Amino acid sequence: MPQDGPEAMEQNIILTIRDLQILARIEGQQDAAKPIVDGVSLELRRGEVLGLIGESGAGKSTIGLAALGYTRPGCVISGGSIVFDGVDLARLPVEEIRKFRGSRVAYIAQSAAASFNPARKLYDQVGEAPVRHGLMSWSEAKARSTELFRELDLPNPDTFGERYPHEVSGGQLQRAMAAMAMSCRPEILVLDEPTTALDVTTQIEVLASLKKLIREHHTAGLYITHDLAVVAQIADRIMVLRHGKMVEEGPAGDILHRPQQEYTRMLVSVRAAETSAPLPPPRHRAAGTPVLALDHVSASYRSLVKVINDVSLTIARGETVAVVGESGSGKSTLARVICGLLPPESGTIAFTGEPLPKALRQRSRDQLRRIQMVYQMPDVALNPRQTIGEILGRPVSFYFGSSGSDVRARVKELLEMVDLPADFAKRRPGELSGGQKQRVSIARAIAAKPELMICDEVTSALDPLVADGILKLLQQIQDEMGLSYLFITHDLGVVRRVSDRVAVMLRGALVAEGPLAKVFSPPYHPYTELLLSSVPEMRLDWLEEVLARRAEIPRVAALSA
Amino acid sequence: MLALLARRLALGVLTILVTSVLIFAGTEVLPGDVATAILGRSATPESIESIRKAMGLHDPAPVRYVRWLTNFLQGDLGTSLANGRPIAQQIASRLGNTLFLASVAAAIAVPLSIILGVMAAIRANGLFDRAISVATLVAISFPEFFIAYVLIIIVAVNLGWFPSLASISPVMDLGDRLYVVALPALTLVMVVLAHMMRMTRASVIGVMSSPYIEMAVLKGLPGWRVVVQHALPNALAPIINVVALNLAYLIVGIIVVEVVFVYPGMGQLMVDAVAKRDVPVVQACGLIFAGTYVGLNMIADILAIFSNPRLRRPR
Amino acid sequence: MRLFGQRLSVAATIGLVIIVVNILAAVLAPVVAPYGEADIIGDVWDAPETSQTVFGLDNLGRDMFSRLLYGARTTITIALITTLLSFTIGCVFGFAAAVAGGWLDMLLSRIVDALMAIPTLIFALLVLSVLGTSIPVLIGTIAVLDSTRVFRLSRAVAMNIVPLEYVEAARLRGEGLAWVMRREVLPNALPPLIAEFGLRFCFTFLFIAALSFLGLGIQPPFADWGGMVRDNAQAISFGGIAPLIPAAAIAILTIGVNLVVDWILSIHAARRA
Repeated sequence: MPQDGPEAMEQNIILTIRDLQILARIEGQQDAAKPIVDGVSLELRRGEVLGLIGESGAGKSTIGLAALGYTRPGCVISGGSIVFDGVDLARLPVEEIRKFRGSRVAYIAQSAAASFNPARKLYDQVGEAPVRHGLMSWSEAKARSTELFRELDLPNPDTFGERYPHEVSGGQLQRAMAAMAMSCRPEILVLDEPTTALDVTTQIEVLASLKKLIREHHTAGLYITHDLAVVAQIADRIMVLRHGKMVEEGPAGDILHRPQQEYTRMLVSVRAAETSAPLPPPRHRAAGTPVLALDHVSASYRSLVKVINDVSLTIARGETVAVVGESGSGKSTLARVICGLLPPESGTIAFTGEPLPKALRQRSRDQLRRIQMVYQMPDVALNPRQTIGEILGRPVSFYFGSSGSDVRARVKELLEMVDLPADFAKRRPGELSGGQKQRVSIARAIAAKPELMICDEVTSALDPLVADGILKLLQQIQDEMGLSYLFITHDLGVVRRVSDRVAVMLRGALVAEGPLAKVFSPPYHPYTELLLSSVPEMRLDWLEEVLARRAEIPRVAALSA
Repeated sequence: MLALLARRLALGVLTILVTSVLIFAGTEVLPGDVATAILGRSATPESIESIRKAMGLHDPAPVRYVRWLTNFLQGDLGTSLANGRPIAQQIASRLGNTLFLASVAAAIAVPLSIILGVMAAIRANGLFDRAISVATLVAISFPEFFIAYVLIIIVAVNLGWFPSLASISPVMDLGDRLYVVALPALTLVMVVLAHMMRMTRASVIGVMSSPYIEMAVLKGLPGWRVVVQHALPNALAPIINVVALNLAYLIVGIIVVEVVFVYPGMGQLMVDAVAKRDVPVVQACGLIFAGTYVGLNMIADILAIFSNPRLRRPR
Repeated sequence: MRLFGQRLSVAATIGLVIIVVNILAAVLAPVVAPYGEADIIGDVWDAPETSQTVFGLDNLGRDMFSRLLYGARTTITIALITTLLSFTIGCVFGFAAAVAGGWLDMLLSRIVDALMAIPTLIFALLVLSVLGTSIPVLIGTIAVLDSTRVFRLSRAVAMNIVPLEYVEAARLRGEGLAWVMRREVLPNALPPLIAEFGLRFCFTFLFIAALSFLGLGIQPPFADWGGMVRDNAQAISFGGIAPLIPAAAIAILTIGVNLVVDWILSIHAARRA
């Protein structure tokens, strides 16, 4: 029943947020608070999905939770209204709000593994809301759960609910959480990064399930994510947020293709580059002895399961090789093997033509110096008790025996190389942002003047714009110093941007290896194709296209299982 | 899970064995032996020699250990050096008294502390919680004898409600027994309550900050249901451990409390024996105390295994 | 007032004042005390008013206040030495087990498990019954038994730090074990360890007091608080509060240390959040 006309539109509005202001208490200071959501207004119509997008600290999750009349401990709604179906949740006592939560507005969290109670069976948790809200009996709730499990393509839907959370996989648990949210047939679903923690090949399946569910039940949704391409698949409209304020809002297509604000344009262009940028032309590969050569290397933990299986790989001087794979593929273990943290069981590692001792302890100081590592989490990569000057100065004095003013001069130079001000030397990591910390990590690595730098998921903990800056910096350093990079990553966008050569890893083995342009263009290895086709693209109908194509070739989809 | 249980049981038995070796070895490795201890300053080489022979002290240590342990398991705890009477006889009635006092204290302290600890955790940093946390901090700082004497002065001397000496005898009926142990039991309750409440509170707060608790709140469940159905099942294992740990405090506390109230229990017997250096009695009491402690810990671990589906149904 | 760059809470300030006063009492006892440790100056359990003293006289007619000051000296010194000893043993082995891992960790952990399987008081009574009571035996026994708990904590704290990437970075650089322990692990383990030091001190202090109260701890002629409670226990039957005075001294110092420990733990928790 098509409803046009302004009045009908008005009636259709299920949630109206006006001038929402949420304050967060500042730790350690009494009565001090800073706004984390600042004057945001939005409207949500029945059956419509609004995407909330922004970097960390944008306040998108806080807004999502506010739609349930909930704020995290330490936060408080200090202004504005949240009108759901004529009732202002911001003014309602908690006992009254409770009647809405779970029954008419429901929530799907980022991590299903953490959001399911480990001590209770899935049935008890999925059926709990309708029973406790007095909508169904336990047996009805159980039947409803089973029905939802079936709708969400979960295996053995009749008995699925008898399991405990630890007995099902991550992707299945995420769908079970969708079932839990839908159990009361809510009018609004708040989805808070529901696919972010998943591997790309799993993400696409969960995304498809969620989209089907929302459409079929005509549920309104607030879809919160940092990934524009993901939200484009599911949202009718998109709101871009930054520092708790709205940047712009509009139909999904407009935001994607005709962004008005500079900030949105940056987000769009950075994200678009991940999937649609043309592959860079192959660079000339330096001849001569490779910097690193792995020859039939296998490794395992406590000689039980082989985590690295017969891997051979070479990295030429000045070249960037990316090892790409999903979680559990063994890509990070490969980095540990090269560093000497996990001695391989068989095979050899050669560095600039000379064999490298397997164990860390047997390697000389100079051998250690020539391979440096940059880590994923800048928060734990730097000792919080040391100043940046100490962190950067140590490798300088340790490897080159410099002292006093020489070290200080070198630290200044290193900070300059990573575009940080010289007075950062006196600060501690806690005073720096994530991106700045990652720059310090890079500076620490180049302080050793290495020939090979291993970058283990260096951008995956960072916001897209910050990550972009880090990748540019790494490229700049490579041009200056001529060192080789080994990128360990799950992010195909990163691979596409930085690498000369790619190695695709699956269950500890390389399934494809070669120049970027060759591996990433047809004819593909089936797993490479699956990976590449699973990365969401910045087109509104991308998801449907992929699913339609997969339906034709079920063989490829089966590979991900 | 059966394998897990079997392993835990085997570990418990092993621990008790190791404990018994330690208790036995403690008296072996250290200088001086039982014979010199019995005779003290009046010892002559001849008299020491004759006692050594009589007691089989010339046998190698492992032989004596096995003999000691097998006798112990058959109920023969040896003879006291101080009065020459069989230890089993002395311990029998005292063990009952100690267990009675400990059970009365535990029966009050365990449920009360869990309820209060959970209540404090639900409204963490609220008024009740802050009052409780100050009160328990003060209480854990009090030595047992301080609590005991304060109670005696107030309740026994000034109010005259309960006797200050807990002289119990087998002919008393349950009501009289409870009347007599009221003050020692109350002292123990106060000692254990504070510890147990603080730990219960901490473990429930740990669970309450989990995302699945937020999820339960977002499902619209009332606060008590969130706690009872979502937090408690997960806090169970830590709480069980807290209880077991505090029953150990009870064992330590009971020794001091028995001395204060002149209560005829194992603790007093052991303290007297230490003062007289009556090693066989100390060994026997020590093994019984330690065995109880190890047993309690084992039961706690087994209950914890049952309360955790990850352990109950490993993938 | 500030400590470790953090504002002291009211409770922590009270705790700190209590600790300082106790330390001063211990250090200055011979100067401040009006009478000697063993001087008999009047009647048994004479009241403060009649004997012109602060807390009255004890079971032998000695000045309670003076003995309290001397008692602080004995009790606090012995508890402090014991705690320092147990901490040194526990931390060195705990860190070594965590950083080195492997068989060393296995061996040390099993030994500690065995020692911890027996309640501390029971173990201490066993040792004292064999060796007899003397101050070195007391210190040695309690330090070894208590070091098992320090071992557990320092090992656990270090175990949480060792897998962090800044430690791995130092190892990959080629730094030695000592450097990693001293520069990377120790500074980050300090707040929980300082708090644990306070807790262990309280435990040792209460434990020695209990042993002395049982007549198995510090022996006469030294004045010590636990022993003073025991000596004056009889006064209770006459409605006297003589044993409560040293008992309260024990309680107050323990409360003071606990208040500071609580504050350290809370700022540490806030910093980690």
